[in-house]
Amino acid sequence: MKLLTLNFLTCAIKTCKTNPASFPLHPRDAELEIQEADLNLTFLKNILPRLMWEELRVISSELGLPELPATPPAPADLVEPSNTPLDTAEVTLAEGGAEAQEVEETPSQTAKDLHRILLETCIQEGKLVCGSCGHEYAVKEGVANFLLPGHLV
Amino acid sequence: MLPTPSTSHVCFDRVYEPAEDSYLLLDTLSSPSETSFLQDRFKHANSSPPLVLEVGVGSGVVLAFVAANTQSIFGRQDTLTLGTDINSFACRAASQTVRDAIKERENGRSVFLDVVNGDLGSAIRPHSIDVFIFNPPYVPAELPDLSRHEYYNTIAEGKKATSFQQDSYLLQLSYAGGEDGMVVTNRMLEQVPEILSDERGVAYVLLCAQNKPEVVKARIRDWGSGWNAETVGSSGNKAGWEKLVIVRIWKSAD
Ligand SMILES: C[S@@+](CC[C@H](N)C(=O)[O-])C[C@H]1O[C@@H](n2cnc3c(N)ncnc32)[C@H](O)[C@@H]1O
Ligand SMILES: [Zn+2]
Repeated sequence: MKLLTLNFLTCAIKTCKTNPASFPLHPRDAELEIQEADLNLTFLKNILPRLMWEELRVISSELGLPELPATPPAPADLVEPSNTPLDTAEVTLAEGGAEAQEVEETPSQTAKDLHRILLETCIQEGKLVCGSCGHEYAVKEGVANFLLPGHLV
Repeated sequence: MLPTPSTSHVCFDRVYEPAEDSYLLLDTLSSPSETSFLQDRFKHANSSPPLVLEVGVGSGVVLAFVAANTQSIFGRQDTLTLGTDINSFACRAASQTVRDAIKERENGRSVFLDVVNGDLGSAIRPHSIDVFIFNPPYVPAELPDLSRHEYYNTIAEGKKATSFQQDSYLLQLSYAGGEDGMVVTNRMLEQVPEILSDERGVAYVLLCAQNKPEVVKARIRDWGSGWNAETVGSSGNKAGWEKLVIVRIWKSAD
């Protein structure tokens, strides 16, 4: 299970939803695995405002990962500043100014690090614990189980 | 026609096999009227990526279709996809279906999150879903006894495979909808306003004729001002009766 998924999940127990402590769920005894995935720069830039950054920092420090900066990167931080405007103009001219050729942007190290945290770092085994009620959800073979024993539903 | 994702690795003894209902969802989501509705709703290229949630993914054929064709459907390549199913075997199968479908495409693919094992949308953070999809267990037939679920949801210790009773229980979960075939769907509809994003949320829910779609739609419109419910896809039209319909549920800005 990817860490970004935790950005969209909460405790399955109804009465917990109104308690802010039920988000994010806290990983415990987690075994991590890196599963490589293609980096999508447009996605990374656009997801930034949707990330609960403070919560993501908490999760990643609980997992013993390198500390995330105090504030989220800006979209511009995700692009390697290599394409000068002059080059771009030449390319467009050379191609006869056909369709507004999209400039191939190169992801910066910041983008690669963010991609690794959000989409490549996976919890394979372990538990996710609710900070409000203490309920533990098991993760097995990468699949989190949010089913509750009958009496909790 | 956009390609249908491959589900050849899925064991249909315990996971719902794609059928007319699944294909109606694919056709509806990629129809000109729906793609234009969705592209209009999500067109701002720099707006945050739409999060698509499918509950009850089964083989994963629908979520994989959306994930692999996000450019054609949403007009953008940064869509996020997430699934849930009560059946843990379906969760694993569907993850693979989505991953394979994405891998096959050169471009236009989305960012796949995970498929989690859960009851409907109960573990979803409130108001986080932009597009919700549900092909429910809709057949008017007795619901299976859920008290055995935990036991049937995994391969029993010391065993190598699922038992016959286990497989029939899991398949029953995939089609049996209780009274009017609406028991599971009604529970899901109750969660829809809570999980949908306030500004952009839209839901697609499949119903069959016995579910009384017109009654269901009228009830949704009674949720409050701004709520809409329209039939946007149908199949099996016989003498003015559609066997299956897709209802789009959304809130218009007031
Ligand atoms: C009709 S099948 C649809 C499968 C797939 N989406 C398709 O269109 O081919 C219904 C699915 O819902 C799942 N399901 C049934 N009850 C559920 C619940 N309470 N929570 C989550 N999933 C459920 C079943 O396991 C099954 O996979
Ligand atoms: Zn809780």
